[in-house]
Amino acid sequence: MIWRIDVFSKKEEESIELKSQIKDLGFKDFSLSTKKVYFIDAEFDLKKIKQIAEKLLIDPITEEYALSKGVFSKKPSSQEIMVIYHPGVFDSVAVSLKKAIDDLSLGSVEVHTATLYRFDGLNQAQIHSLGPKIIYNPVIEQVADYNKLKSLESLSQLAASRYSFELKVIDILEADKKKLDQISKEGCLALNTLEMKKIQKYFKELGRNPTDCELETLAVLWSEHCGHKTFSGLIDYEEKTDGKIIKKEKINNLLKSTIMKATKEINSPECVSVFVDNSGIVKFDQGQNICFKVETHNHPSSLEPYGGASTGIGGVIRDVLGTGSGFRPFASIDAFCFSNWQVEDKDLPKGLLHPRRIIKGVVSGVRDYGNKMGIPTVAGSVLFDNRFLGNPLVYCGTLGIGSSDKSFKKVKKGDLVVVCGAKTGKDGIHGATFSSQELDQETTGLRSAVQIGNPIEEKKVADALMQAQERDLFTAITDCGAGGLSSAVTELAKDYGVKVYLDKVPLKYKGLTYTDIWISESQERMVFFTQEDKIKELKDIFKQEEVDMRVVGQVTGSNDLTLFYQDNKVAELGMDFIFSSLQISKKAIWVNSKQKKEKLKEKNNYNHDLAAILSSPNIAPKDWILNQYDHEVQGGSVLKAISNSPLKTNDAAVIRPKLDSQKAVVVGCGINPFYSDIDPYWMAALAIDEAMRNVVSTGASLDKTFILDNFSWGSPEDPQVLGSLVRAAKACYDYSVYFGTPFISGKDSLYNEYNLGKDKITIPGTLLISAVSVLDNWQLALDSSFSKEGNLIYLIGLTKPELGQSEYLRQKGIKQGLVPKVEPDAKNTFINLSKAIKQKLVVSCHDLSEGGLAVAVSEMCVGSGMGVSLFLEEVPAQESSKDYQLLFSESPSRFLVEVSKDKKEEFENQLQGVPFGLIGCVLADEQVVVHNKKSNKIIDMSLSYLEGSLLKAFQEFRWEPKEIKSR
Amino acid sequence: MGTKGDKEQVAMAKPNVLIFRTAGTNCDKETEFAFKAAGAKTELDHINIIKKKKDFSSYQIICIPGGFSYGDDLGAGKIFSLEIILWLKDKMKNFIYKGGLILGVCNGFQVLVRSGILPNLNFNQSLSLIENDSGRFEDRWVQLKIDSGSNCLARKIWFKQLPELIYLPVAHAEGKLFCKQNILNKIKNNNQIALRYSSSKGNEVNYPDNPNGSLDNIAGILDQTGRVLGLMPHPERFIFQHQYPYWQKEKKDPYGFSLFKNSVDYFR
Repeated sequence: MIWRIDVFSKKEEESIELKSQIKDLGFKDFSLSTKKVYFIDAEFDLKKIKQIAEKLLIDPITEEYALSKGVFSKKPSSQEIMVIYHPGVFDSVAVSLKKAIDDLSLGSVEVHTATLYRFDGLNQAQIHSLGPKIIYNPVIEQVADYNKLKSLESLSQLAASRYSFELKVIDILEADKKKLDQISKEGCLALNTLEMKKIQKYFKELGRNPTDCELETLAVLWSEHCGHKTFSGLIDYEEKTDGKIIKKEKINNLLKSTIMKATKEINSPECVSVFVDNSGIVKFDQGQNICFKVETHNHPSSLEPYGGASTGIGGVIRDVLGTGSGFRPFASIDAFCFSNWQVEDKDLPKGLLHPRRIIKGVVSGVRDYGNKMGIPTVAGSVLFDNRFLGNPLVYCGTLGIGSSDKSFKKVKKGDLVVVCGAKTGKDGIHGATFSSQELDQETTGLRSAVQIGNPIEEKKVADALMQAQERDLFTAITDCGAGGLSSAVTELAKDYGVKVYLDKVPLKYKGLTYTDIWISESQERMVFFTQEDKIKELKDIFKQEEVDMRVVGQVTGSNDLTLFYQDNKVAELGMDFIFSSLQISKKAIWVNSKQKKEKLKEKNNYNHDLAAILSSPNIAPKDWILNQYDHEVQGGSVLKAISNSPLKTNDAAVIRPKLDSQKAVVVGCGINPFYSDIDPYWMAALAIDEAMRNVVSTGASLDKTFILDNFSWGSPEDPQVLGSLVRAAKACYDYSVYFGTPFISGKDSLYNEYNLGKDKITIPGTLLISAVSVLDNWQLALDSSFSKEGNLIYLIGLTKPELGQSEYLRQKGIKQGLVPKVEPDAKNTFINLSKAIKQKLVVSCHDLSEGGLAVAVSEMCVGSGMGVSLFLEEVPAQESSKDYQLLFSESPSRFLVEVSKDKKEEFENQLQGVPFGLIGCVLADEQVVVHNKKSNKIIDMSLSYLEGSLLKAFQEFRWEPKEIKSR
Repeated sequence: MGTKGDKEQVAMAKPNVLIFRTAGTNCDKETEFAFKAAGAKTELDHINIIKKKKDFSSYQIICIPGGFSYGDDLGAGKIFSLEIILWLKDKMKNFIYKGGLILGVCNGFQVLVRSGILPNLNFNQSLSLIENDSGRFEDRWVQLKIDSGSNCLARKIWFKQLPELIYLPVAHAEGKLFCKQNILNKIKNNNQIALRYSSSKGNEVNYPDNPNGSLDNIAGILDQTGRVLGLMPHPERFIFQHQYPYWQKEKKDPYGFSLFKNSVDYFR
């Protein structure tokens, strides 16, 4: 019998978050109430049901419940919709409720949950139209249908369909080109003709057709997502100036000839494992290493921002858990690129979500997953440009710590293959191949590629794995990411061969084919290799933590991948063939264009210009995001990226991963896609410079700094787009080597384009450089706000009239301007500043970045509650520089440094050979004053005005109490 | 330098802390670190292990740390509190009667309230910690005032030598203390209010200084004996100077550490 329990608040409270999202869609005058609905299918009497309701389902202080029988006891009102999960979708509340009922020893039950929404003031059509946009996600949920469910007698009738085995063989032996393409397209394989032909040849030699499972395996492992076809392929590169070819180059494997080459040449003794594992590993402390990985989750986040972002962070956390033979995650970062959100709903291209919804969804997705995992999300970056409308960028990174002797995987013949964590369902099938294509209106309907995350499951998996790791109970581990088991197991057993019994994999529900099981991207699963004698101890740990683990196969030594389902062989592929993906050849062109200096008149006063820049969303502090992240869990916080009163922004975050070590880790990033519009080479160089500035100004030194690259680009099939990618990669090599900071890991996300029929929106080439540095002592960590009245303020580094794509000119809509360039001797600035900081000659330090000197000094003042008096005459720059150039130029490798008077001489001695100027001093009077060369005050603003400007951009994203309640 | 025997004797004198953990608990490690640094012996165990223990007579302090137990799926701390009522009710009662201390932080506070250990140890829920007024999770530092009327024993146990105004971070989505007026009056009259959100001058505050809209600015409460303390702010996140956001500007005593130290020293 089905009991229905509706739980609702005693006082009519509205969900603030939900209501504001619906208001964003343009619905104004309505009220909304929600009820939680639980269906319990069991032979319970009224007393037992009441016990469950009262003990488990309501908060007795604030909530009440209503009890009825059946899914519907009467026809629901037209003002209501009840949202239920699709059959088989993971329902964490139902699982928890079943556990609690089991705790109460009441007997066996089946449980489903739903949410009831009641809108007063909206009509039925309006309610049903906003439903899928806001209150439910059609990928996983539906509106409960009264006619279908009114006479439902048992919840088991809702269960998914059954599956009986039937081997599927795809006829490709006789297929012509057209047919091969059709097979690839219909199977959603994203394999091109040449690849299909290569597969055809392989099977011709074997004298048989492939099974669906074999084709899917190859599609996954050869996908752009897993195989990185573009970066490892052949590129015909041409550079043109004025229509003439000035350079021709054949690049064999862009990754190896730029990024990995730099790391090889630098050959840092601090690097432990780079580009081979799920993340890059470097040395930390005696016997301890740290690892770092940053992933993109752009495509899923554009379709389902909450689910996409939460599985993005969930996935990169698993990358760390699956590094070496198990690392412990201790911090996360994120970087987002969104469209500006002031867009009318009606102006949005069809199929796209409103940027406001994407912004809120992405932030809450990272928030909920990271917070529930207990991993602090400590730093990041957010940028806005309308070209991110169709493809928002979501970068998630995680740092981990592990012991030196567990930094590598050990695989040997006979090892048992174990799958642990969540059960496998149909979620996320074809995610790997899907992210290797461009998006259009059709693909936005292809929602089955989006997965749903469950952080508590992953937390349990991590808890169990960390104990198993401490007791040496496994020897190799990896995560199930794109491609699910197919890529995890195959890659881990690559050098040996492996057999897997797919019917042994624990399933969420029936109805999965053997291929579904193999390629499903269900979240929160890990694969590890162990030996027979450790199984019992492992089982005890996993039982205590209430996590599934199952032996599903064995490493064979046959050099084949062999898959079975209920004793039927469903796949048999040579490892050599699987890992022999075709090198694809692409064309790349870069056309040099002439840069023109901007034409702009000087002004007498820049107060308004500065206020406008400070209220740009690119500059304004993202405290409303960081405050929603639990950035202090684990207790290692040394420097917070932002703190609130006073509103202080720092260049990087500093964390102690081990509370019993004095060593700390600095993490910062550099990203500025706008320079790509002039030259992606300098965009990349500047991103590296920015990342270096952020960690060095926080106390790090270059020789203990390591970087990661994450490229998000348009379609590499377009030679100009690929040309710009090549330019950026070349700068990565040049400046990684120049600074002596090796790349340790990276990832690319291509095809970030959105087709609008004739037109398409392509994102600007966007490179995120994430930097991690090891600090010998946490006490070296500097912050970025002034400390003391009377202290001296130095500007270090050369300011040049480089304002191309600067925040200042972009705001004025001026397209001209020279791109900033990293000076040939910039490195000295970094090295000497690091030394000065180590010698405790620096009180605080802030890098000059978007908005230049004017923004940097404003931030340092607001963060301290103190004012300054500055003199532009002392800024190291060309004689002819104009005031606005000195204030707003974005020349790299520059810092604003606070030094106490008694350290003046020592500090200046340390900076021998580096351009610097003593430009002013810290004042107590809460006023920011800047004088030009004629000693006129060109900026004269109060701190409260500056702070008000900084807080303006994100006003609608911060919560304000409606009324201050009188007491 | 002492002999091995001396060391063992010192170790014997260390109070023993039992720290609870279950699926979703996530402040357990740093809480354990804080107790250890304060001089205690610690045992950090999963509820599936704890429920098998005969009694808690070998422990002086029990701590339920922060996190999202069972994902807070049926409400913050709901299932964890149910398990404590089901499996540990009498053991917890005896533990308190025999003079043990209980500390619940954040999710641990929610568990103590839901299980009815706070405010009256009668295992009937009479208060609730509901969704923040802002409707979202917030991690921020707040100023707190130790209530001048709080239970005398509690002041001796938990707040010894702490100034009236302290700083700690909060990090929660459900921390708004809510109850009927008569219950509120009762806990006030019984000197059971431990901490209030406060201004830097000790005055009453609104959002954002009161981060969640809690009734009467309440941030933490005591049981009638003063030996059970539940609070939303995280003392384990202020055990080092560097955890304070402005440590480069002004050195502050790690107030959170004092709280752990006081509770441990109470048994020495």
